[in-house]
Amino acid sequence: MANIDNKNLVRAIFTDDDTVLSAVKILREKGMKIKEVYSPFPIHGLDKAMGLKETRIAMASFMYGLFGLAVAITLTAYTMNFDWPQNIGGKPSMTWGANMPAFVPILFELTVFFAAHLMVWTFMVINKLYPGAEPQNPDPRTTDDHFMIELYSSKGLVDVLKESGAKEISEV
Amino acid sequence: MHYESNVREPLILGDKSYTDITNDVARPIETKAPRLWWMAFSIALTMMLWGFGCIAYTIGTGIGVWGLNKTVGWAWDITNFVWWVGIGHAGTLISAVLLLFRQKWRMAINRSAEAMTIFSVIQAGLFPLIHMGRVWLAYWVLPIPNTYGSLWVNFNSPLLWDVFAISTYLTVSTVFWYTGLIPDFAMIRDRAINPLQKYIYKILSFGWGGKAKAWQRFEEVSLVLAGLATPLVLSVHTIVSMDFATSVIPGWHTTIFPPYFVAGAIFSGFAMVQTLLLIVRKIFKMEDYITIQHIEMMNIVIMVTGSIVGVAYITELFIAWYSGVEYEQYAFLNRATGPYWWAYWSMMTCNVFSPQFMWIKKLRTNLIFTFLISIVVNIGMWFERFVIIVTSLHRDYLPSSWAMFSPTFVDIGIFLGTIGFFFVLFLLYARTFPVIAQAELKTILKSSGESQKQHHDPNGKH
Repeated sequence: MANIDNKNLVRAIFTDDDTVLSAVKILREKGMKIKEVYSPFPIHGLDKAMGLKETRIAMASFMYGLFGLAVAITLTAYTMNFDWPQNIGGKPSMTWGANMPAFVPILFELTVFFAAHLMVWTFMVINKLYPGAEPQNPDPRTTDDHFMIELYSSKGLVDVLKESGAKEISEV
Repeated sequence: MHYESNVREPLILGDKSYTDITNDVARPIETKAPRLWWMAFSIALTMMLWGFGCIAYTIGTGIGVWGLNKTVGWAWDITNFVWWVGIGHAGTLISAVLLLFRQKWRMAINRSAEAMTIFSVIQAGLFPLIHMGRVWLAYWVLPIPNTYGSLWVNFNSPLLWDVFAISTYLTVSTVFWYTGLIPDFAMIRDRAINPLQKYIYKILSFGWGGKAKAWQRFEEVSLVLAGLATPLVLSVHTIVSMDFATSVIPGWHTTIFPPYFVAGAIFSGFAMVQTLLLIVRKIFKMEDYITIQHIEMMNIVIMVTGSIVGVAYITELFIAWYSGVEYEQYAFLNRATGPYWWAYWSMMTCNVFSPQFMWIKKLRTNLIFTFLISIVVNIGMWFERFVIIVTSLHRDYLPSSWAMFSPTFVDIGIFLGTIGFFFVLFLLYARTFPVIAQAELKTILKSSGESQKQHHDPNGKH
């Protein structure tokens, strides 16, 4: 297993999404660890086949939404009910609770604002996406119609890849 | 894996492979602009510059240069504002609501529809800003500490709700759109030959490489954004309608306004999508992706929402009579038979009568007819807002202050200017951005492509 120490990467190119999915399954059954799969579009079921954990970004968005709601409550309560309560159109302004129905649109909009924007920022950061970043895909064809499995070389790997439908295999 | 009922019509026509989709989407960006594009762009640019001139004149002299008077304080400006916001709604409806309903036909049109949303909300946002008169004080609508001590914006006011709704809507739509664009920019980047083009698309694509984990998160982010954008889009026009509904003006003070405005917004938005896409598919030869089936689906939405709007008009009339309130009754009588009867009946003809033709399959699959109806609907929806705003205001409680409104050349110039600005943005978009969400479209090629549907056998081998 000297190759693993040398960190020799094997890149296998496929030309069909179904083939790449079945290849991933075969490789995993044989106990080979897949480093990365590059594809021009999301392949349904690939994350499960690769054994990736479920993303928690939706939960993060929920938390950001709660934060936005808290910001909205603080903002409306401080400005309308604490700093300078006024009688506006006869709406009760002495407590936030009584005044709350008039704030529902603001509470909603700020919840959505924080949930959406902070989630997208999180998405960019954890995927290391930013303006001008170097392309993450080693082969430019993988944004068109090619698919690439990247993994560390091991014994018999090339044969397995060829059997499972790889069109090109290269070692880096 | 890729299973779909054989009964369904293919969404992608012709013998397409993944590369064919790539080539077709990249073609408008990589080739020279057609002559028709340059002609349209010059006209739009001229209109835009004329509009900017009128805006500069308004800001320099004051909104007295508009046709407003002390009775009619809101007229074309707010009409145009509501019209443009409404048009924007279809984009979010297509990209978010249809995503939640798993309507795959949205994939060919969502990118352009969303671009339309963003560009029309930009036009909408211009009007409240310039209506302020002193635009340089526009930041006063934000809740920021100021030199007047405890003076804050009024969170009880629908006008402030509008500030929050429109800005949330514009920014969230923009990030939703941009997130979807990143993989497509990467596709353009990876095939660009021209170094300048490669450099620009490298910046725009944020380094996207299509890693498995990135796709997993991408799909989750799209889903959550769609879930957030769906109630958001409904809230925006609801809040716009509350600018009117929470007032005590007869003709405005009605509880039916929120759903009525939302239906009208979707109605006019789909009509505008129809107008734009019929042009795009023709100029850029996208007939295989934006098929007759897509056009027909949108026509059905136009027909349904047009009918909802029709029911709302009739309900308004009925409630005015049923309420027994003299002022309310007069407001509606005046709309239909008063000096602005022609605006009211244009609205009725364009919005209620014309979409009913779409019950006939031959007409709703006819491109020229569809194009004409889409224009008619947009005119009708502009009249709807004009009727609601101006006819409710021009004859108020005191007959001695009754007045008529007539627009000045500045009113007209600014309106034409926003149409020009909108088309300038859209035409630039159509030449530089991937107009079809190609990454998304590739996921349905096997299940909904014409040739694949024929060759593909159920075992997934082909």
